Amino acid sequence: MKALGRNLFAYLDERFKLQGLFAFAEHKKVPEHEYSFWYYFGGIALFLSGIQVATGIMLLLYYTPSIDAAHESIQFIMSQVKFGWLIRSVHSWTANILIGILFVHMFSTFFLKAYRKPRELTWITGFFLLVLFMAFGFSGYLLPWNELSFFATRVGTDIAGALPLVGTWLKGVILGGTTVSQATLSRFFWFHVALLPLAAFTLIAIHVLLVQILGMSVPIKLKDKKLKEISFFPDFIYKDALGWTLILVLIGVICVFLPWEVGKKADPFAATPLGIKPEWYFTFMFTTLKLVPSHVLFVEGEVLAILAFLVGGIFWMLAPFLDRKAARGERSPAATWIGIILLLYIVVMTVLTYTVPKL
Amino acid sequence: MERRRFINFFLGGSFLATLAAFLYPVIKYVLPPKQAEALQKKVAAGKVGELAPNSAKIFKFGATPGILVNTQEGQLLAFSAVCTHLTCTVSFEASTGTLYCPCHNGRFDMTGNVVSGPPPRPIEAYAVEVVGEDIFVSRKA
Repeated sequence: MKALGRNLFAYLDERFKLQGLFAFAEHKKVPEHEYSFWYYFGGIALFLSGIQVATGIMLLLYYTPSIDAAHESIQFIMSQVKFGWLIRSVHSWTANILIGILFVHMFSTFFLKAYRKPRELTWITGFFLLVLFMAFGFSGYLLPWNELSFFATRVGTDIAGALPLVGTWLKGVILGGTTVSQATLSRFFWFHVALLPLAAFTLIAIHVLLVQILGMSVPIKLKDKKLKEISFFPDFIYKDALGWTLILVLIGVICVFLPWEVGKKADPFAATPLGIKPEWYFTFMFTTLKLVPSHVLFVEGEVLAILAFLVGGIFWMLAPFLDRKAARGERSPAATWIGIILLLYIVVMTVLTYTVPKL
Repeated sequence: MERRRFINFFLGGSFLATLAAFLYPVIKYVLPPKQAEALQKKVAAGKVGELAPNSAKIFKFGATPGILVNTQEGQLLAFSAVCTHLTCTVSFEASTGTLYCPCHNGRFDMTGNVVSGPPPRPIEAYAVEVVGEDIFVSRKA
């Protein structure tokens, strides 16, 4: 048996040059220090993306993207298909956990100033990946065609529609018409299973390639210290795999005890249910829109808030270029404070959404 | 112009033109075709006696929802049920006698004006006409 394995490896090695790959992985070193813990969130995000692809492909087997059958097909998956409840719950829970992990990954990268030169493009591709994954969440949320997702889509697409100049056109393109309809469901399905995966695969490939080429960043305050290094393979991968295993167990436990709900079928002519709110990662924007007055001077409050989010997002994306001190390898407490304020804002608004719904 | 530069220019231009020729139909395909929407002017929204005082019902007004309210005083009023903030569907709150949008807590009075919350404009009020047993709702001129 051992000989067979050796022969098989030799056969594959001759064709794929595996030894070279292993040698590269063994020689590749990863710095280890007091902040190394935060390095693992990127790997976990990648692992969870893999789970989403696998479970998403499985859900395609029974899901029907039609307003007359989508909700019923999800009910069928949840109640009739063997382990359908598990596959769908894993897909839905993982989507939420993945975005949480991406936020942790992004903020840890920000606070460790890992975006600084020469890793600007790694940060920018990461920023767009977060946007893409939020778009995955938004488009996937409508697919079960339930009450909550229907109204969340109406609000979300109207936010796009409130953008000056391009808003109406953009809203029409997203909706495939003027209201949330079959055309919208078809489009969201197309975004979710075709366009977004293609874009995400491309961006992930560039992001991971950049991490490979540039190596892992060392925090500014440690950059002049002699740091311990571990080999990427097998040491770092083993630690990564431990994180993946833990998160997989966590998802499994959550899915068993809290399977993802199907909800009530959407009725476009029903009143919006009380207590409606979007997925948690949109709630900080949702609650902000509640608090902004109808008009600020001569501008509509919602337009102002949406523009502020857009401009804030662009500044956040350009952080590596704006934080000149970090680019020079100097500590930049001002950037850290901006990050802390932003993080606090997101946390406070999210908590308020769930604790003071009548805000 | 130098021959090499001309060829580079020609090939580059041809490449861009080919790319545009591929992309144009793709972009046009992705953009949704314009569909003329029949603008509903008048609909039968309900029957007389169907609504108890201080209650309301949602009805279909073309492609959008409308709301028919029978006030505490027995007056029939109708409005667009689409909130002017971010297009959620409003409902009638009997305890306050107002139209309430649960998405961002917008509130409108029985003339359609904004009472509180972020909606930037009043909600559209419709004309109500009772013909025999039927309640008809139409857009105001």
